[in-house]
Amino acid sequence: MLRFIVRRIFETVPVLFIIVTGTFFMIRFVPGGPFTAEKAVTPEVQRNLDAYYHLSDPLWKQYVDYLWDLCPKKFRPMALARGPDLKAAFGIDFRPSFRYANRTVNEIIAEKLPVSLELGLLSLGVALSLGLTAGVIAAVKRNTWLDYSASALAMTGICVPTFVVGPLLVLGFAIKLGWFNASGWYSPIDRVLPSLTLGFVYAAYIARLTRGGMLEVLNQDYIRTARAKGASELRVIFRHALRGGLLPVVSFLGPAVAGILTGSFVIEMIFQIPGLGREFVTSAFNRDYNLVLGTVILYAVFVILLNLVVDVLQVWLNPKLRFE
Amino acid sequence: MVSFSPKNLPAADLAVGQLEQGHSLWSDAWHRLRKNKLAVFGGCLLIVLALLCFFGPFFSQSYEDQNLDLGATPPSAQHWLGTDTHGRDLFARILFGGRISLMVGLVASCVALIIGVTYGAVAGYFGGKIDALMMRIVDIIYALPFTIFVILLMVFLKDPMEKVDAWLAQFSLIGDTRGVGKILLLFAAIGAVEWLTMARIVRGQILSVKKMEFIEAARALGYGPRRIIFRHMVPNILGPIIVYTTLTIPAVMLLEAFLSFIGLGVDAPMSSWGTLIQDGAEKMEEFPWLLIFPGGIFSLTLFSLNFLGDGLRDALDVRSSKD
Repeated sequence: MLRFIVRRIFETVPVLFIIVTGTFFMIRFVPGGPFTAEKAVTPEVQRNLDAYYHLSDPLWKQYVDYLWDLCPKKFRPMALARGPDLKAAFGIDFRPSFRYANRTVNEIIAEKLPVSLELGLLSLGVALSLGLTAGVIAAVKRNTWLDYSASALAMTGICVPTFVVGPLLVLGFAIKLGWFNASGWYSPIDRVLPSLTLGFVYAAYIARLTRGGMLEVLNQDYIRTARAKGASELRVIFRHALRGGLLPVVSFLGPAVAGILTGSFVIEMIFQIPGLGREFVTSAFNRDYNLVLGTVILYAVFVILLNLVVDVLQVWLNPKLRFE
Repeated sequence: MVSFSPKNLPAADLAVGQLEQGHSLWSDAWHRLRKNKLAVFGGCLLIVLALLCFFGPFFSQSYEDQNLDLGATPPSAQHWLGTDTHGRDLFARILFGGRISLMVGLVASCVALIIGVTYGAVAGYFGGKIDALMMRIVDIIYALPFTIFVILLMVFLKDPMEKVDAWLAQFSLIGDTRGVGKILLLFAAIGAVEWLTMARIVRGQILSVKKMEFIEAARALGYGPRRIIFRHMVPNILGPIIVYTTLTIPAVMLLEAFLSFIGLGVDAPMSSWGTLIQDGAEKMEEFPWLLIFPGGIFSLTLFSLNFLGDGLRDALDVRSSKD
């Protein structure tokens, strides 16, 4: 198992390398640059800009320098205790942002990632608790009104986009009933509506997948054996069926959790949350090269890590996979 | 002389008569599909909506005539679903938007289908290193945040598309050719993102078909890879392909709505359901109908597509649990 994990971590290095290289050159080929929208600057200012952002170097040199800045140069994870400073801890430098003068991408990420993480974890909690219970109940009580209502609710979550659910919830609970603020991220009560919105949509997918997986497992012979041996229904579900039934959910959750944790642009726009999701989109619009690269790399790392976790979980849940 | 008909033949002879009438796999699946009331309901709703959206705009009010004095009004006798802040009739805009959204959904899914099937079939058929390399590429693209990817793609191709618009305007056959380039761009960008999962599914199916004897027979007969893949393998995996395409269309429509939400959708005055929802989300406090009606119709369409897709999956997959 350990060898498997180590080998996977080694395999991620070339993948990350390709992603960084691809993105680096791709955004520079797109028409328009980081400063084209702003007014023309004097030659002295231009020279300072070039020096600060290394824009006057030939492209290959910019690329190599950037790669060097990216490589972890030291290993002091204890520095993370003082604050999420990747530069102090690992020597990873994402360089300054083009758009937000005087702020490095490290700082932007350090500031916004915790917000997105918090929103993401809360939404994940909502999604898992709602989705798993709904899916298991729907599978166990198949073709009853419980199943139909749970499936209908799940279908609603899949078909109604977040940017319709969100404003509707705001309209209903924040404006008409006045229980919550319509937007903002100041007090703990502000966490409720955004995480409910994001969580509901993912809960719908999880519920459907859980129901499908459980239905398939509950038809198997070993479940029949467990029942024949006198196990209570609860024991059959939780100890025997759930392991296999969760497999499709776990595969789905890999990239989905990466998406949730790095912030959802839509939710952050609707509720005005200062998270990282917005940067994914606005940095591409602004041609903020370093921020685009920073967010892309962050997302890729999350996806790769979570895929690894998902693969390990799958092997743990389904011992038959152990020999592949 | 008694004439024989199913009514007066004894049961055993009836059975023989019925035996001679063959049932193909497709007709079996079709019968199962028809029994699934939800799927039938979804399919009918879809047909009604598609007809409304394609023929409706010819008969309804104009979707782009502004009436700034009127402003946004709730549903009334003259404007069945109200008007938006520019005084445009919302019902007409929803119908016209349906044209664009449904078209994007269909065409982009076809693009994803063609690319995905070809890629997955080739990877699955050749196997070995080619397969490993092709799937690696898929994994790498998967790890890219697709929002950035699509945005970059759309921005990258915006200028060429404007040239396409200008070129098409010369012909003036298609009447109003504004914004056609943008729509083509949406097809390409969304198709470029959605083919990945299709490729994975097709590859899995091809791997399971590869071991069957008729493929071995085809190879023994000396058929080349192209013939084997496209004339023998792909027709045998059409079931999952159809199901997944039917389920890709709602995903594509959601993606188009999301792109409109961030401002990359079709240009005004054209509307797609995505731009209408984005507009409504902004103004929903004072004019809730601007969000509820487009959002409702959008969700209804997605419902029907999903029900249809689920019904197709249950109908075509013999092994799935009956429920």
